Amino acid sequence: MYEGIVQDLIEELGQLPGVGPKGAQRIAFHLLAADPADVKRLAAVLQEVTEKVKFCRTCGNVAEADECRICADARRDPSVICVVEEPKDVAAVEKIREYRGRYHVLGGAISPIDGIGPDELRIRELMARLADGTVTELILATDPNLEGEATATYLARLVKPLGIRVTRPASGLPVGGELEYADEVTLGRAFEGRRQLDV
Amino acid sequence: MRDNGLVSIYRDDGIVLRSHKLGEADRIVTLLARKTGRVRAVAKGVRRTKSRFGARLEPFTHVDLLLYTGRSLDVITQAETIRPYGEPLAGDYPRYTTGTAMLETAERLTPVEKEPSLRQFLLLVGGLRALGEAEHDPRLVLDAYLLRSLAVAGYAPALEECAVCGTRADESTMLRAFGIAAGGLTCQACRMPGAATPAPATIALMTALLRGDWRYADASERRHQIECSGLTAAYLQWHLEHSIRSLRHVEHA
Ligand SMILES: [Zn+2]
Ligand SMILES: [Zn+2]
Repeated sequence: MYEGIVQDLIEELGQLPGVGPKGAQRIAFHLLAADPADVKRLAAVLQEVTEKVKFCRTCGNVAEADECRICADARRDPSVICVVEEPKDVAAVEKIREYRGRYHVLGGAISPIDGIGPDELRIRELMARLADGTVTELILATDPNLEGEATATYLARLVKPLGIRVTRPASGLPVGGELEYADEVTLGRAFEGRRQLDV
Repeated sequence: MRDNGLVSIYRDDGIVLRSHKLGEADRIVTLLARKTGRVRAVAKGVRRTKSRFGARLEPFTHVDLLLYTGRSLDVITQAETIRPYGEPLAGDYPRYTTGTAMLETAERLTPVEKEPSLRQFLLLVGGLRALGEAEHDPRLVLDAYLLRSLAVAGYAPALEECAVCGTRADESTMLRAFGIAAGGLTCQACRMPGAATPAPATIALMTALLRGDWRYADASERRHQIECSGLTAAYLQWHLEHSIRSLRHVEHA
């Protein structure tokens, strides 16, 4: 235990994902030893992020306005929506620089053992976007692991009556991993070779 | 680890029950292992798409493992798939949700880490195999698994004698009331307030599922199957005190 404010800092850092008590302590002492100007810059960015960044009301991606820059970009093809689990997956797909459609961020994958069912994800919002017939293809780019597959299976079945082409990035993506860790070439190939999902 | 010379490596096989993200690319994997019982172990780098573990540490997979004992958590150094029970489930949503409820139940019925529970392990393997082979209705596979794993844990519902006074059922004593808190069927004298009165065929189905009489279970009527799963779920939730979260999400085909 440390005194007052240092302990507070360690406890706050310990709330971050992937940071254990030891890691929190290490980061805290790193910050204490660092150039105060650097730490102030970090504090300013954190402050700014909490004030300015929100989630796009259309797709759920991170945004600095009501809509994210992709949804607000008229050059992006509105007939294709790529469904991903997290905002960081949008960044991963954007890196391949070939995809010109839009996105929908679910906010996770269906994982009943963690209490996450379809109602806990942004699936209702997705269905609302599909209602007017603009969208002709839905690319289900959930993670290439069991929960991602099961989520894709659920969505494909849900969307089936709408007659929209439903695809899933194919071969090349090794199973068991997460989208954000795939390199651009592999991900690009997987998108190119996406196959229709039949349920 | 090497400096104290106390590295302990062991080998076991088990079913992956669940996994949690840890840090940048690692996962904490919870397994029900044949010899060790329920164990939590770290799989390093498993979330990277180029991980050497691939899909081998996904939930439902039966894996052969090499682990070393860590200070707080054990660490998985090698994993080979014995049978990927998750594969047939990913493309079948009702079976996926059914299987998840089985994994969560297995976790909850083995509350003490590293306490060997061979019978729970074998029941889970059998249940997942039956679910994947699609020979029986997933609802029946789930209920058979829940009832039998409860029985192994010492919570078998009384079906042949009164759960309270022990009177055996015969022509004069009918056991018609099913009391969740009483522990199963009771005679009229011991009937608990709020006890259900299921159809005799529902109780016969429950008995068949506990005994593994699939011929009887497969031939049972849908309405009795539905009543049986309702009673089984209520009984399970009551005896585990905390609810099995996955049960709410189980979808029936
Ligand atoms: Zn957007
Ligand atoms: Zn009695």
